[in-house]
Amino acid sequence: MTQPCFMTMGELSAKLEAGEVTSEEAVLSYIERINSVDEKINAYVTVDREGAIEQARDADRLRASGSKGPLLGAPLAIKDLVTTRNLRTTCGSKILENFIPPHDAFVIEKLKQAGAVVLGKTNMDEFAMGSSTETSYFGPTRNPWDTDKIPGGSSGGSAAAVAADLCAAALGSDTGGSIRQPSALCGIVGLKPTYGLVSRFGLVAFASSLDQIGPMTKDVTDSAILLSAIAGHDPNDSTSADRPVDDYTAALDKGVSGMNIGVAEEYFTEGIDPEVDSSVRNAISVLKEQGANIKTVSLPHTKYAVPTYYVIAPAEASSNLARYDGVKYGYRSESPKGLMEMYKKTRMEGFGPEVKRRIMLGAYALSAGYYDAYYLKAQKVRTLIRNDFVDVFKEVSAIISPTTPAPAFGIGEKSDDPLQMYLSDIFTISCNLAGIPGLSLPCGFTSGGLPIGAQIQGDFFSEPTVLRVARALEKGLKLDGGKPAINQDG
Amino acid sequence: MKLSKEQVRHVATLARLELKDEEEERFSGQLSAILDYINQLEELDTDGIQPTSRALDVNNVFREDEVKARFDEGSWRSNAPSEEMDHFRVPKIIEG
Repeated sequence: MTQPCFMTMGELSAKLEAGEVTSEEAVLSYIERINSVDEKINAYVTVDREGAIEQARDADRLRASGSKGPLLGAPLAIKDLVTTRNLRTTCGSKILENFIPPHDAFVIEKLKQAGAVVLGKTNMDEFAMGSSTETSYFGPTRNPWDTDKIPGGSSGGSAAAVAADLCAAALGSDTGGSIRQPSALCGIVGLKPTYGLVSRFGLVAFASSLDQIGPMTKDVTDSAILLSAIAGHDPNDSTSADRPVDDYTAALDKGVSGMNIGVAEEYFTEGIDPEVDSSVRNAISVLKEQGANIKTVSLPHTKYAVPTYYVIAPAEASSNLARYDGVKYGYRSESPKGLMEMYKKTRMEGFGPEVKRRIMLGAYALSAGYYDAYYLKAQKVRTLIRNDFVDVFKEVSAIISPTTPAPAFGIGEKSDDPLQMYLSDIFTISCNLAGIPGLSLPCGFTSGGLPIGAQIQGDFFSEPTVLRVARALEKGLKLDGGKPAINQDG
Repeated sequence: MKLSKEQVRHVATLARLELKDEEEERFSGQLSAILDYINQLEELDTDGIQPTSRALDVNNVFREDEVKARFDEGSWRSNAPSEEMDHFRVPKIIEG
């Protein structure tokens, strides 16, 4: 039998159900693999070895007494900005280096109720601000397909952990592409749900009107399973959608025959990597072969998404991150003289450069005399971007595009040029501004063997459709790019 | 548009950040470049367009204000940088 760590979550679940493997054996298989491989990847900030074994034994006991479920005993990795009770949650920042949350996030409560095992917490760009996982206080994460390359970000630790078989599946968070972009660059499936579908209670806030938690998995079926477990209304999040949760696995295999699927020319811009372009066009032809009607659509305000985002997200961040003041929790500067000096020194020493840059940008955009020119203007353009999607979804059920304009770039390549870094999210950001769901799945490889991702976006709360298109594509493409390089010597 | 070092210093004070000299210099250049990029939004006519502040149209969500024991008693204390007699302790507030 394949070692449990190399299985998809669905495969592992079937083996657990059949009694062919125990959750404890699965957890031990992951721990062994983390011990041998993660020093090369740095996917985890914290591995809860003892806690995970204990949770696995609980899951095995529950199963012995008749409990069932697709997540019972499944070892998962959690991005380190989702609070886990009594397990350190750092947000990749020095300012929260020793923060031990007194509570579980809503999604963690749901996962624990389903019997899932939390293996550990994954690395990320500091406070989720970045596209490469290089801004983490705990050092960069490396791409399992090529350790000289970035894994994407900000959920780069979760993406690398899934790609390198260091967990069965993971949770990430996505504010402007932070689930989808690293999923594309690491060759896994990542879904940003509709805003409000998954509670943000216990998700450390970056930009509250954009942030969503979502699944990062080895295949589309696992994505549907994990989403079914974490979706749902939560009174503790006032932006949580009060509507029934769909069974996201139900319609997975219904195919795309007769479905209208849009291709927006704005996503095939100049400057897109030719191998990404041809790989996504191949994916489009696969959907066509399966009976989808491919329609050309237009999202004319796409080019304004990045500038709009870099007003709105930093503005919300500058307000959200005001709480890190050295008073109630987190790092405090040594022996400051007076309160003002304590605030300023704590924040100077506790935050890294990218976080400071975004706080500054946000504070500037909200400051007296600039609010109308920047913040209000960006909110109005956000309406235009949203309306583009509303119009297009009158004609088509989903939109297919590249997830990123290029495959993974080298570590250090864009660190000194923030604007170039921001542009790597050019195809993922408008989805957050509109609030719609978006999924990235592998659609090919470059000649150098790096993964390429295709993005499927859908209308509000149309996750069943988005997953169905993704599943059809996954089946039609029959990708066989093998496993990442890191898996071959492990 | 160019953000001066003085403007950078002013914004840093608003944001309660103490910047080193070289950071002021670097941020002045980087933020100016980012703002130039953002200024392309001016090309768009947004007269009469309603601003979007949230993705979902939900308003005034109310619930009963009930006390629930979500956290362990005193769990705040273990994360506090400094505490004394059930209070957070901070440096002197009134200066001079």
